[in-house]
Amino acid sequence: MNTLRLSLKLLARDWKSGELVVLVTALVVAVTALTAVAFLTNRVGHAVELRAAESLAADLRLSSPRPFANDYRDQAHEAGLNSASITSMPSVVFSGQGNTLAAVRAVSAGYPLRGRLKTSDRLLGLATETGEIPALGEAWAATRLLARLGVDAGSEVDVGRAKLRITRVLDFRPNQGFGFIDLAPTILINEQNLDSTSLIQPGSRVGYRLLFAGERKDVSQFKTLLETQLTDSENLQDIQDTNPQIRSAMDRSGRFLNLASLVSVLLAAVAVAMAARRYSHRHRDRIALFKCLGSSQSFILQSSLIQLFLLALAGGVIGVLLGYGSHAVLAWLLRDLISGPLPATSWSPAVLGLVTSLSILSGFAMPDLLQMGKTPPLRILRHDIGPPPLRYGISWIAAVASVLALLLWMIRDPKLVVFISIGAAGTFIALGIAGWFLVKGLQGFRGAAGVAWRYGLANIARRGRESVVQVVAFGLGLMVLLLLTQVRDDLMTTWRASLPDNAPNQFLINIQPHEVEGIGNFLRDRGIDAPPFTPMVRARMTQLNGLDIDQIDFEDPQGESWARREANLTFSDNMQTGNKLIDGEWWQKGTGTSEVSVEQDFGREMGLKLGDEVTFDVAGEPVSARVTSFRSVEWDSFQPNFFMVFSPSTLQEFPATYITSFYVDDSSAAVTIDLMREYPSVTAIDLDAVLSQVRDVMDKAALAVQSVFLFTLLAGLTVLWAAVQSTHDERQYESAMLRTLGASRKRVLAGVAAEFLAIGLLAGLLATAGATLAGYFLATRLYELEYQFNLFLTLTGPLAGMLFVGISGLLATRKVISTAPVSVLRAAG
Amino acid sequence: MERIESLKTVLEARQLSKEVTSPEGLLTILDSVDLSVSIGESIAVVGVSGAGKSTLLGLLAGLDVPSKGHVRLNGQDLSELDEDGRAALRAGHVGFVFQSFHLIPSLTALENVMLPLELGGHASPRATAMETLDKVGLTPRAGHYPRQLSGGEKQRVAIARAFVVSPEVLFADEPTGNLDHRTAKTIMDLLFRLNRETGTTLVLVTHDLKLAQRCDHIFHMDEGRITGVETPEHESSLGVDGA
Repeated sequence: MNTLRLSLKLLARDWKSGELVVLVTALVVAVTALTAVAFLTNRVGHAVELRAAESLAADLRLSSPRPFANDYRDQAHEAGLNSASITSMPSVVFSGQGNTLAAVRAVSAGYPLRGRLKTSDRLLGLATETGEIPALGEAWAATRLLARLGVDAGSEVDVGRAKLRITRVLDFRPNQGFGFIDLAPTILINEQNLDSTSLIQPGSRVGYRLLFAGERKDVSQFKTLLETQLTDSENLQDIQDTNPQIRSAMDRSGRFLNLASLVSVLLAAVAVAMAARRYSHRHRDRIALFKCLGSSQSFILQSSLIQLFLLALAGGVIGVLLGYGSHAVLAWLLRDLISGPLPATSWSPAVLGLVTSLSILSGFAMPDLLQMGKTPPLRILRHDIGPPPLRYGISWIAAVASVLALLLWMIRDPKLVVFISIGAAGTFIALGIAGWFLVKGLQGFRGAAGVAWRYGLANIARRGRESVVQVVAFGLGLMVLLLLTQVRDDLMTTWRASLPDNAPNQFLINIQPHEVEGIGNFLRDRGIDAPPFTPMVRARMTQLNGLDIDQIDFEDPQGESWARREANLTFSDNMQTGNKLIDGEWWQKGTGTSEVSVEQDFGREMGLKLGDEVTFDVAGEPVSARVTSFRSVEWDSFQPNFFMVFSPSTLQEFPATYITSFYVDDSSAAVTIDLMREYPSVTAIDLDAVLSQVRDVMDKAALAVQSVFLFTLLAGLTVLWAAVQSTHDERQYESAMLRTLGASRKRVLAGVAAEFLAIGLLAGLLATAGATLAGYFLATRLYELEYQFNLFLTLTGPLAGMLFVGISGLLATRKVISTAPVSVLRAAG
Repeated sequence: MERIESLKTVLEARQLSKEVTSPEGLLTILDSVDLSVSIGESIAVVGVSGAGKSTLLGLLAGLDVPSKGHVRLNGQDLSELDEDGRAALRAGHVGFVFQSFHLIPSLTALENVMLPLELGGHASPRATAMETLDKVGLTPRAGHYPRQLSGGEKQRVAIARAFVVSPEVLFADEPTGNLDHRTAKTIMDLLFRLNRETGTTLVLVTHDLKLAQRCDHIFHMDEGRITGVETPEHESSLGVDGA
């Protein structure tokens, strides 16, 4: 108890005297970075899990692109289950001159069977739960839809041919899905209004859903009963089947953000090690004195451990609190990507924060602090005597072990930990070597510079190892920020630049065959070139080379996913613009044989080869064709493109809808609106709006990631601070000496400024080189774009580095060099 | 060189030697030293720099271990104790005053004085420390940090820290070495006054012969050996009170 009390007192006194500020700050930065991300991923992860149950709005959900063949609702009723239905389709909704694409969902009474709808009486009003659905003649619209139309609750909107009044703002639907933005906002209507909208036409993209809920046993029995009756196009889902892709995507992004925060943790750990070393050096006299005054080795050890633990606790708790605050900022930045409210967080990120704090201190500070305890009491008489030198091997092992333990705890995949560790070690070593060369290279300029620069550059050389650490710490933070900015900007710019000016910006889908001619004339009359109309037939793959799809083991999971979903097929005698034949031969015009041309990546994922026979169920009839060619497709050309193009004789007898795309300039934007009014069942997609939304989403996601990397810069700052602190006495003495020898305060300051500006310049150069190199590989290898040299980036890196490090360094050393020379020299003498 | 032994001996050295390895080979820095000090006595160890004074002090206080020979402190043979055992013996029985003060910079004057009491688990360290600070005339400076104190004030804090546990033996290593003449005199007056008041045994290492004259016995050292013992003729080394 005495040891604890005394340790507490000593710690409090050290804290009061500012001895521990750097150490604790570095700890706090590490824990904040890690827990900010952990809190966010934890809450988002919980939301995914929670909504998996709610996301069906039922216990069982039956989906089909066609009306249901059997009366499943009657059967459910007999089985003692509740049921409800949803019929959904995309359509443009009008209000006055405004219009927007919406997902129209017509629901029956009882919807949702699981979870509750949340609505409010006006835009941004307080949302409350409700057990009702829109009454006849009414509609409930999502906030985004109202915002796009520029109206509020109380307005009238045209949905197809029906005029409905918006009575409530739809804030939340249990089955609204989760994760990335739903491009079309929802408008909820009563299913009894559906006929009056005339939105359902033959071939329309309509989704039919039946929801069932009840006692678990009844649901299970009913599921078995349903499975015996399902047609090929009917898909039954229970909670277990929901959102596996989203879960895995969330998992991957969570891991990425965790790793991003881990970079800050590593840098902060370096600062902790530097601060601990200084602390232990400065406290040797104290240990010797304690021993002189009768303290035992075990008391000193216990006291060190208690202080270490308390420091870890303090750093951990402050970091966790700040991390919690920061995660709220991240969640706010990502608010458009996260639909609906996030559930409360669990304690695990807080535990992670405390464990991180403890393991960083144990790994990076404990070896030095324990070694400090071995200081012999004789040091009190002979200052040259210290503890036996710390074996670097031991401190490295401790540091690496603590980092590996952290990684393993966070990632829980030993193999991945090994890969990441090798990658991280490689990156750090490469950056370290580059930093070393830069530091060495800088010395060549010493002779050519004035006295202030010579003094500054000499300092960098003298503290070579610390200089390299600082260059790498800042370089890494800057590099990631530059890279993210570059990739985001370059991707969008290059992509846009690759499109011709008059690339189609309007897509029309769901065009009925009898509307093709009318729409063609409509556009021609308004001076728009009649675009080609491409037929689209919906079908489901049933067999491959005579084998049922269900019996085939696909090597590629993506291929399997393609095979099991409803496909959009087309037919044509001519290959579309932008397509290129890679293998095989295109069919003869007017051929009577059933042939299909397959997009090459799709073919690879499906495991298809020339001569394979694919069979589809088209409107209940089996249709087979032989693969006779593979094509490459320019997907970003904004022309209608298809994975599978069939010879016309194969599909032309089946019901089809048509799609087309065309370009309208801003002055003709009203054309699309007029067209929608005339052909309400046709869906128009404004690509400009979609693109700007995509851009918005990318910007926000990048901003969130950049925010995580801001912690890296912050960690770099603590490294600088720790480095300045570790040279505090030396700097103070030198500046006093220089001033005694006649140097003005301004000149001493100029020397220090030169040192930090040079370190910043080196960090900036390293960052620019790294970001350029990584950007080049990302652009050319991953995104297959032509790399564009970015002059702005090249200049920004070094300038930002010099400014940031220069100012921070000066601020950190200001006090050191401001001390009156006489007091410094007296203390030293 | 042997002094008259008495039953009241508190500190005794027998054939004490210290050898260290240097690039030139084995170096003897203390060679077969014998001495004994009785309770309440004050002795001075004098000699030029490098004579082995501080080495002897370190061995007598159990801060270091001898290569040969024995030290008995308070009846306990130090060579029988490990480092913790020696520390335990020092705790509460031994005080130190050093040339360079060795105050903890992050602690105030009062906290520095409280430290040995706290390490020994004393019940009311603050009150006792304040009392002792008062004795050295530093009550107004209790809340000051070492950097805010003059050299003389720092040494007075160190003296208060040494006496606060009422030690049986006080080791002082060049306690005035860093002080000007006038301050040095004030400090030594204070040291001897407290020594007298508390009945502490004083072992003073110094190269200042004038200062040594105030002790009961003076041990002269040269090249690691005691070359002579002198008992100064003075009325009373305890009679000066000028603090």
